[in-house]
Amino acid sequence: MSAPVLEVERLVAGYGGAVAVDGASLSVGAGELLAVIGANGAGKTTLIRAIAGMVRPMSGRIRHRGEDITGWTSDRVCERGIAQVAEGRQVFPSLSVLENLRTGALLRRSRAREAANLERVMALFPRLAERRAQAAGTLSGGEQQMLAIARCLMAEPELILFDEPSLGLAPAMVEMVFGVVRRLHAEGMAMILVEQNVRDSLEICDRAIVLEGGAVVAEGSGAELLASDRVRAAYLGL
Amino acid sequence: MDLVAGVIANGVLMGAVYALIAFGLTIIFGVMRVVNFAHGEMVVIGMYAGYFLWAAFDTHPLAAVLPAAALLFLIGYLLQFHLVQHFLARPAHVQFILFIALALVITGAHLVAFGPNPRGIFSLASFEVYRIGGLRLDAVRSQAAAAALLIVALLWAFLRASRLGRAIRAAADNRTGAAVVGIRIRHVYAVTAGIGMACAGAAGALVAPLFDTHPFLAPEFTLIAFITVILGGIGSLPGALLGGLLIGVAEAAAALVLSPSMKSVLSYGLLILVMLARPQGIIGSPEGQR
Ligand SMILES: Nc1ncnc2c1ncn2[C@@H]1O[C@H](COP(=O)(O)OP(=O)(O)OP(=O)(O)O)[C@@H](O)[C@H]1O
Ligand SMILES: [Mg+2]
Repeated sequence: MSAPVLEVERLVAGYGGAVAVDGASLSVGAGELLAVIGANGAGKTTLIRAIAGMVRPMSGRIRHRGEDITGWTSDRVCERGIAQVAEGRQVFPSLSVLENLRTGALLRRSRAREAANLERVMALFPRLAERRAQAAGTLSGGEQQMLAIARCLMAEPELILFDEPSLGLAPAMVEMVFGVVRRLHAEGMAMILVEQNVRDSLEICDRAIVLEGGAVVAEGSGAELLASDRVRAAYLGL
Repeated sequence: MDLVAGVIANGVLMGAVYALIAFGLTIIFGVMRVVNFAHGEMVVIGMYAGYFLWAAFDTHPLAAVLPAAALLFLIGYLLQFHLVQHFLARPAHVQFILFIALALVITGAHLVAFGPNPRGIFSLASFEVYRIGGLRLDAVRSQAAAAALLIVALLWAFLRASRLGRAIRAAADNRTGAAVVGIRIRHVYAVTAGIGMACAGAAGALVAPLFDTHPFLAPEFTLIAFITVILGGIGSLPGALLGGLLIGVAEAAAALVLSPSMKSVLSYGLLILVMLARPQGIIGSPEGQR
């Protein structure tokens, strides 16, 4: 059996001594969609940033396809095909839409196929194609989220880390984001999805973990967690 | 009338070199948000490079530009990568002290190595003039201006069209975003510092035939670079170009109308006026973005 795409083992990470992720473990198999749910401040973003190489783990292990990538810098992690749709979108506001997309293809792993990938993401998001010359900072929130997703696809990732991609979006745009995630899932992309839309993400995921105080307190299939009293009470308000 | 036109024209030529110096200062600020208070010292290093290349090999002034730029690129890269990098998150006054210390160290090193005496380049080329209509343009100055503008144009194209240039602009725009897409920020910052200081070094080599080189010229260049950048708009590359040309002309005009020793009066006057009317600079945007 081949190694999982991503394995995180007893990860501890935080900021200047303050621990935000406290011994979390998880794994993502090929083509698998793992949902991460948890309250504000549970450590979801820190977990994502530690995997992405933007926060240095204090202890624990992160493995990509069996290779230890703990403590790698973000450029090396990206180069391995682990891409991020980060919290707050993190587009480049004064660069044009096209230039933003091209920053997704700076990596060696995908730069040779930049033109083909541009065509592909423009076809996926016609709104971006229409606005290719517009400064990204002047896009609507939903369009910026499309841009963040499209930019991430420019890297030809094999694992995408989504951090609250639907945050602050109108219902139609939330639907769009989940549509894209569903479609990538159908195409076999491995993903971690951090979401506040607990019901939607539990419905589309293969497996899910619940993060509390930086630790995994529950784990199971989406259906199992949807049925669990604890999740229903804490995250679905039932 | 010809006299006036000639003075203004020579001011424009000098302004092009100021623009190159300011371009270097503004790109460093625009990307890393640090202010290189040792920028004038970098110009003086470039001047010494120009002087010693001429003294050793009797080279044409323009031949020193590339070596001076390469030397300063290296210095800038290493300084940023190994030193300034650790100060990026520190408060502005701590960064200020770091760069002032750097400036003092460089000036001290110049004094120890080359002494306080001015060193001038004497070449027959400095007597050449170009005549365009009734206009007499100093040849060395014209070549320096042309080279400065060419360098600025090439850098502009590099920032727009190359992969590394795109990474630099992205890192300037959103640091977190740059990490998200896998840009090697520390390397990109070091390249940016290298480019910024190479601008200063190239400008130094260009002005070495025009002024005698000595260690204490540095603060004057730093000051001119600051006025230029603030005038045009902090962090704005076109602003640096416009500011440089304005300062060059203002200096030349003041020297003609008032007296050569008063050549800075108009520049400062211009600066104060712009600060009052448009604090973000002529081209700059309010928050000092590019
Ligand atoms: N840059 C930082 N410096 C210091 N502490 C931080 C920093 N970022 C987050 N924290 C702290 O770490 C803890 C976990 O934060 P994190 O952003 O990972 O939570 P989250 O689950 O993503 O929350 P949210 O749902 O609000 O996005 C919080 O207590 C937070 O205050
Ligand atoms: Mg978060």
